[in-house]
Amino acid sequence: MIIEKSQVANNIIDKISASASKVGFIDDAVLSKSLVFLETNGIPGNKNEDYKYFNTDALFKKEFKNIEQKFESVNDIEKYKLNDTITLVVVNGNYSEELSDKIILKGLHITSFSNLGNSAKNLITSIADVEQDAFIALNTAFSGNGFHLKIEKNTALQIPIHVLYVSNASSEALVNSRNLVELESGAEGTIIEQQVIIGSGKVFTNYLSEKFVSQQAKLTCYTLQHEGSTGFSVNTNQVNVAQHGRYDHATFTLSGQAVRNNHNVVLSGSNCEAHLNGLFVSGGNQLVDNHTLMDHRVPHCESNELYKGVINDKSTGVFNGKIFVRKDAQKTNAYQSSKNILLSDDATINTKPQLEIYADDVKCSHGTSTGKIDENAMFYLNARGIGVESARTLLLSAFAHEVIDKVEVDSLRERIVDLFENKI
Amino acid sequence: MITIKNLHASVDGKEILKGINLEIKAGEVHAIMGPNGSGKSTLSSVLAGRADYEVTQGEVIFKDKNLLELEPEDRAREGLFLAFQYPVEIPGVSNINFLKTAINEIRQYKGMEPIAPKDFLAMVKDKQKLVELDGKLANRSVNEGFSGGEKKRNEIFQMAMLEPALAILDETDSGLDIDALKIVANGVNTLKNDKNAFIVITHYQRLLDYIVPDFVHILYNGKIVRSGGKELALELEARGYDEIKKQFEKDAV
Repeated sequence: MIIEKSQVANNIIDKISASASKVGFIDDAVLSKSLVFLETNGIPGNKNEDYKYFNTDALFKKEFKNIEQKFESVNDIEKYKLNDTITLVVVNGNYSEELSDKIILKGLHITSFSNLGNSAKNLITSIADVEQDAFIALNTAFSGNGFHLKIEKNTALQIPIHVLYVSNASSEALVNSRNLVELESGAEGTIIEQQVIIGSGKVFTNYLSEKFVSQQAKLTCYTLQHEGSTGFSVNTNQVNVAQHGRYDHATFTLSGQAVRNNHNVVLSGSNCEAHLNGLFVSGGNQLVDNHTLMDHRVPHCESNELYKGVINDKSTGVFNGKIFVRKDAQKTNAYQSSKNILLSDDATINTKPQLEIYADDVKCSHGTSTGKIDENAMFYLNARGIGVESARTLLLSAFAHEVIDKVEVDSLRERIVDLFENKI
Repeated sequence: MITIKNLHASVDGKEILKGINLEIKAGEVHAIMGPNGSGKSTLSSVLAGRADYEVTQGEVIFKDKNLLELEPEDRAREGLFLAFQYPVEIPGVSNINFLKTAINEIRQYKGMEPIAPKDFLAMVKDKQKLVELDGKLANRSVNEGFSGGEKKRNEIFQMAMLEPALAILDETDSGLDIDALKIVANGVNTLKNDKNAFIVITHYQRLLDYIVPDFVHILYNGKIVRSGGKELALELEARGYDEIKKQFEKDAV
């Protein structure tokens, strides 16, 4: 059994070992633990409850059975840039100082993993347990030369940072991109992350981020997923929020053949809060698979989640949201909502709220709704001279605006609106 | 303007309209009255093109076109307007964006350029006054959280913005207090001219004190059973619908 399980994992390891960067920022013991976990447990297939809609085992047996890691260089990234942001560029999993904006801002430090200091070496892998998930193990074993972004104590960064992960492969490729985000106490910042795939080869991106939000720090993040039909990805965010800290994240999934988002937030200090929002639009035979975990470990914390999906054609959407309220986490407020519109009879949405509550004085709620475009609203618009196509755009934009309006960066919000309207 | 000939329509296989004949010319106001269930709202829905209704017989000629062959949006673009009995709330779509889209789609249909933003805003300001609609409401989502009266005034506001040739007011008076009723009626009277026409569908005579009809038709059991001048509405108000019911029930059997 173990031999069969590890076949796919071993195949991946064989194919990517040679080209993996060996920059030595991960402890040897953790590295070997990752490999052992992969070899023992393999890559999850549909028998794994957490991956039942995203059969990655099958994916690596079919779409990615010939991983060759033939990467090309990247030169022009201008068109992906956003106004009024600082651009950082990661090429094929490796941080590119050359393509990134050279801007010196007080209190902001960006360091590639190959130059990682000792304190950051202690942080890396500390909240991404390699035995939690095969993709954490895979990333940890073969991470590219990513970057450490640190905002110093009490520094409020005024300009958002836009990180572009650009992959250019001429063969089937697996990219393990990784970063470490550290906000010291009282620091504030906004980070936009976006994956871009150019080139002819299919790319499987295994992204992993560890985000530390210290006491009274405030981190706002946006993820823009628009990878096209050659993009496959598992994106894992491991987040720790300390006392009085605040973490906001909104994920916009507008294309990509198969996209998995694992968002695991630990509310570890009292009076902290976390807000996860998501908007996804799927078509064709795409899969968008969102998994969230809000882990309330201490009292007086708040978490909110709002995920909205527009699912068309034969595509599949998933929202699996777990709220975990531990015994000590009294006075927790945790809310979760998943709303979806199915545009075709062959479209599927799977929503699964999971509440595990071990404290007795908490407020937790979840709600989910799935429907079609409201026919009464459609007729009302038609009766005013608005054609079916425009009416559809108006109604779906109205559905999405609750999430889109949370974006505080104008250039990003405008880009999302454009992409959204084009997609629907 | 519009000619309705022997119009039959059903919902879920049940015949509701059983042969309506009506001719309306430009400059006229026609009131259609009738008891509950007589087919008043079915008539307005069929004319506007709601999908749940099936026309089984008859024809409707609107401005020389076969109305029943047009999609709902094309009927509106041709100049038909239905003021809904129950205006729909559309969260997330602003009233302004909605109206601008409507106006521009109508203009595009007529081969015109989109309206200049400046002209549009001036028009909004002007027409809002007509129905005493708060400027704030125009910026809110379509009908969301509006009171019953605000929703009806919003219908008249939209009508004023779209300047239709034929407006059908489907029980616009229901749920309105006397002040709101006067505002709505005043809006209609201001918009009325010799090039447009109105069909006022109502259960009560009250609205007709303010919007004076040229013709009154009584709809009963899917047919127009009596037509007359404005005095017919007064007669109906005095004697109630029971007499009509008694008189025509025998025919219906």
